[in-house]
Amino acid sequence: MTERRQVLAVIGAGPAGLAAALAAAARGVRVVLVDSAAEPGGQFYRQPAPGLGARRPQALHHQWRTWERLRDGLATHLAAGRVSCLSDHHVWCVERDSGRFAVHALLGPEQREPASVRADGVVLATGGYEKVWPFPGWTLPGVITAGGAQAMLKGGLTLPGRTVVVAGTGPLLLPVATGLAAAGARVAALVESADPTTLVRRSAHPRNAVRGARALAAHPGKLAEAGGYAAQLLWHRIPVLRRRAVVEAHGRDRLESVTVAVLGPDGRPVPGTAQRLDCDTLAVGHGLLPHTDLADGLGCRLDGAGVHVDDEQRTDVPGVWAAGEATGIGGAALSLAEGHIAGRSAAARLNGTAPDPRSWAPAARSRTRLRAFFAELDRAYAAPVRWAENVPDATVVCRCEEVTAGAVREAVGSLGAGDLRTVKLLTRAGMGWCQGRMCEPGVAGVAGCDLTPGRRPLARPVPLGVLAAPPPPDAGTSPCPGTSP
Amino acid sequence: MNPLDLVGARPGAPFTVTFDGREIEVLPGQTIAAALWSAGVVAWRTTREGARPRGVFCGIGVCFDCLVTVDGRPGRRACLTPATPGADIGTQAGTGHDD
Repeated sequence: MTERRQVLAVIGAGPAGLAAALAAAARGVRVVLVDSAAEPGGQFYRQPAPGLGARRPQALHHQWRTWERLRDGLATHLAAGRVSCLSDHHVWCVERDSGRFAVHALLGPEQREPASVRADGVVLATGGYEKVWPFPGWTLPGVITAGGAQAMLKGGLTLPGRTVVVAGTGPLLLPVATGLAAAGARVAALVESADPTTLVRRSAHPRNAVRGARALAAHPGKLAEAGGYAAQLLWHRIPVLRRRAVVEAHGRDRLESVTVAVLGPDGRPVPGTAQRLDCDTLAVGHGLLPHTDLADGLGCRLDGAGVHVDDEQRTDVPGVWAAGEATGIGGAALSLAEGHIAGRSAAARLNGTAPDPRSWAPAARSRTRLRAFFAELDRAYAAPVRWAENVPDATVVCRCEEVTAGAVREAVGSLGAGDLRTVKLLTRAGMGWCQGRMCEPGVAGVAGCDLTPGRRPLARPVPLGVLAAPPPPDAGTSPCPGTSP
Repeated sequence: MNPLDLVGARPGAPFTVTFDGREIEVLPGQTIAAALWSAGVVAWRTTREGARPRGVFCGIGVCFDCLVTVDGRPGRRACLTPATPGADIGTQAGTGHDD
């Protein structure tokens, strides 16, 4: 009997998935990389469509050398047949049956035709998506997520308008503002509701000195990165407004301006501080959330918003690893470290040997440092105090079902809803096309409920015909469709 | 500066699609959303309840706000769907179905 090579399905071709695929393929495991986009890279390394003929895509990117290393490594493994790459595959479910796995996907962009992959192990590197708190006017055309503006720029080489306000909170706003400006947009302001300089000041405070200073001192690269952004903000003449928020977006059928105000200790706009900024685009974001649907469907335990993993990046379901933003938001460098560890652990375990954690000690050290650093960042970029109380009743909080904050409050107040699920059943908030991904944080905030990740047995809409039909033959052994090296 | 110059783009030959009957020029590889943005269009759907205009929100296929009708088929996500030569793109009212 010839021994069959073990197959590892890696879901997601961003930094975590690519690192996992490369690490596992180099250690004797056959890897099937499954990704929803046309080209590998994920959101962080999203590439312009090949038809656009970009000769300097690095002008839109950070850490390009790392991308070249990942891209070239993937090309080598593809050529050697150690990795196959299924792009344009939108995974809607991973099924576990007698210790093996079936990864069910729909072929994009139509997402009507099914495809399935059989595997002995799975790495979930499903990434994250952006969180936006609701405010009056946030449904107007021209109001987009900060990450969305960046994705459209990186992938489609297009801008949403001429004059942009970038607002919200979190480290993503910096590359978005400077990236849009470099591409020719006038960035009227970067409005940050937190004051990230507290990160440095807090570290100087005796009470926090040890933890904060350790997190910062461990990352001279991160300080240099922050300094680089500061220089670019100056270069592009982008005014930075700290401890302020966009309290309303104005316009009839599209965005025309925003009102920005200083937030007081009660979270309310301080009277006399409101200023109106003309703009045709508002790129807004309040941090990221992990994609956990596939993990949840497999029965993996979640830790807060992310997938729970051990030191080897194993979930509590045998044969399932998770890496990158899916386990908690921490950026591309942390995703690379986690993906690398997941790939090495998976390769060893699938080959029937116990992995030696000493062999990935450098990655484990980066993981420890970066997790500490992002925990500090999370504290510095906290949500504005009592933001939810200031959402007017008339403001739509669920964009799909057009449910207002008033309707959510009524469900809690008069109808006695005490959790997110009951609010959803009473108001339809979270029952629309996006399945609550966009509105869950906003609805939970306005309702005063805990934000519990919604349960979505199907990670995306699936045609009934696909659900009813027998699974298609294994697509994992077919050659890779045009992955440009 | 514009995004194409920033990355030194040399796109293939442009083609046309129609949006609500009007001709729009598209660069090869662009999604429908990118093509419409480049043509200055930011809204291509009206909501079921309030008939309010919507366009791109998340830009990565998660929010379903950018739904559009393509060649008579409603419910396509403009941010994920590549524009193809001659495509007939139309504003989607409500679900896009007669109901």
